[in-house]
Amino acid sequence: MVFSGLRILREGLTGNKGWKPHWRDPEPKAEYDVIVIGGGGHGLATAFYLAKEHGLTNVAVLEKGYIGGGNVGRNTTIVRANYNLPGNSEFYSHSLKLWEGMEQELNFNTMMSQRGVLNLFHSDSQRDYAARRGNSMVNQGDDAQLLGPDGVRKLAPFLDFDNVRFPIYGGLYHPRGGTARHDAVAWGYARGADMRGVDIIQNCEVTGIDIENGQVRGVQTTRGAIRAKKVGMVVAGRSSQVAALAGMRLPIESHVLQAFVTEGLKPFIPGVVTFGMGHFYISQSDKGGLVFGGDLDFYASYAARGNLPMAEHVMEAAMTLMPAIGKARVLRSWGGIMDMSSDGSPIIDRTHIDGLYVNCGWCYGGFKAVPGSGFSFAHLLATDRPHEPAARFRLDRFATGYSIMDEEGTGAQHNLH
Amino acid sequence: MRLPCPLCGTRDRREFYYQGAAVALNRPAPDAGQEAWENYMHLRDNPAGRTRDLWMHEAGCGSWIVVERDTVTHEIFSAELIDAD
Repeated sequence: MVFSGLRILREGLTGNKGWKPHWRDPEPKAEYDVIVIGGGGHGLATAFYLAKEHGLTNVAVLEKGYIGGGNVGRNTTIVRANYNLPGNSEFYSHSLKLWEGMEQELNFNTMMSQRGVLNLFHSDSQRDYAARRGNSMVNQGDDAQLLGPDGVRKLAPFLDFDNVRFPIYGGLYHPRGGTARHDAVAWGYARGADMRGVDIIQNCEVTGIDIENGQVRGVQTTRGAIRAKKVGMVVAGRSSQVAALAGMRLPIESHVLQAFVTEGLKPFIPGVVTFGMGHFYISQSDKGGLVFGGDLDFYASYAARGNLPMAEHVMEAAMTLMPAIGKARVLRSWGGIMDMSSDGSPIIDRTHIDGLYVNCGWCYGGFKAVPGSGFSFAHLLATDRPHEPAARFRLDRFATGYSIMDEEGTGAQHNLH
Repeated sequence: MRLPCPLCGTRDRREFYYQGAAVALNRPAPDAGQEAWENYMHLRDNPAGRTRDLWMHEAGCGSWIVVERDTVTHEIFSAELIDAD
């Protein structure tokens, strides 16, 4: 089924009776070439690119709940490529290019909107760092503009520019960044994978990974055993539990990150605005809600709900940055489980078990990585070689110390990211 | 969330600094080798359920405390001062 303006018009005139489910609900087969554990954004994108780029269609995505029910449905939908360090920079650059072609590639409206990402700074030294990071982005081939207070005022006149503690000196503006509709990304990749023959199997929890002589043979699930030549684990939020099925420990601690949304308002915030000093960021959804969040709650948790101190801190930061927000009413808040790696950067790599691959550690930045991660993980699964832009996301960097990627420069240990 | 400090009683989470898994108490010898140091620095059991982690009562008595709690329900089972040795 192909979407088009004509089709929508015809369906609209005939009572929308012609729409069918966008993916099948198949029974698991006895064996697949590749099993992808995890039907989130990354897993579905992996399956899509396995089929599209590598012609592998005897593929299953196993999801313990329903697709898109995990972190891909719990994020704040920001897309950007404004990283500084080699390793991250080329990966997110590639991912952003895939975002730009996603809707055509998937024939699905993911509401990708390049409305710009603005990172504010509040001192001379922060401006120097912003300039350096902007240069890294430009050298990578992406876009960055260093704005002074007047430039920021044009974009976001509602900010408190003369705040006593955090006066706004300017911002690093990334026009190609923006937001997308998170659920639609999962659905678009699911539909695209399914159309190419991938089996998306929901309500199918993996309970064991079968390994013989150091070689993966398949998985045990709540819907029976399934054999496979290769297995990819893409289960951010539960990475440690699934890896433990293969006897592995990962350099990951799981933390909760909260987000908030207000009632719908008229258009107010033009793009994404980040206030790093308050660990606060905000955008406005197409529906009008102000979507914002802050930092981790900072203790290991799988509760998918946060604690009040961080909620209070986020509200305080919001009032500091833009006092006008005090008139908006918060509709709801939620939490997602973050795979926090000890250096703050992700992992896409082989494991010590032949045929078993791991994709995890996305910290609080997994959404923008969805297409790039899927593309690179599919490349690794299909060819057994790392995809160049993701080649530094190695699992062994924690053992060797080589290629540790601490983007924030806080130190590569667990409680610092 | 409130944590039961053995010296100060039950106090607000905001008074505590979070270090992470209590593995931090078992620092290997400097020459213990790459694997021991990777285990100590980076690799974690990261359980969904009962865990033991290390907190400091930063805005209180300053004690380091091992808290046993549940990472899914946030229920707290015990809190003990770390061994002074």
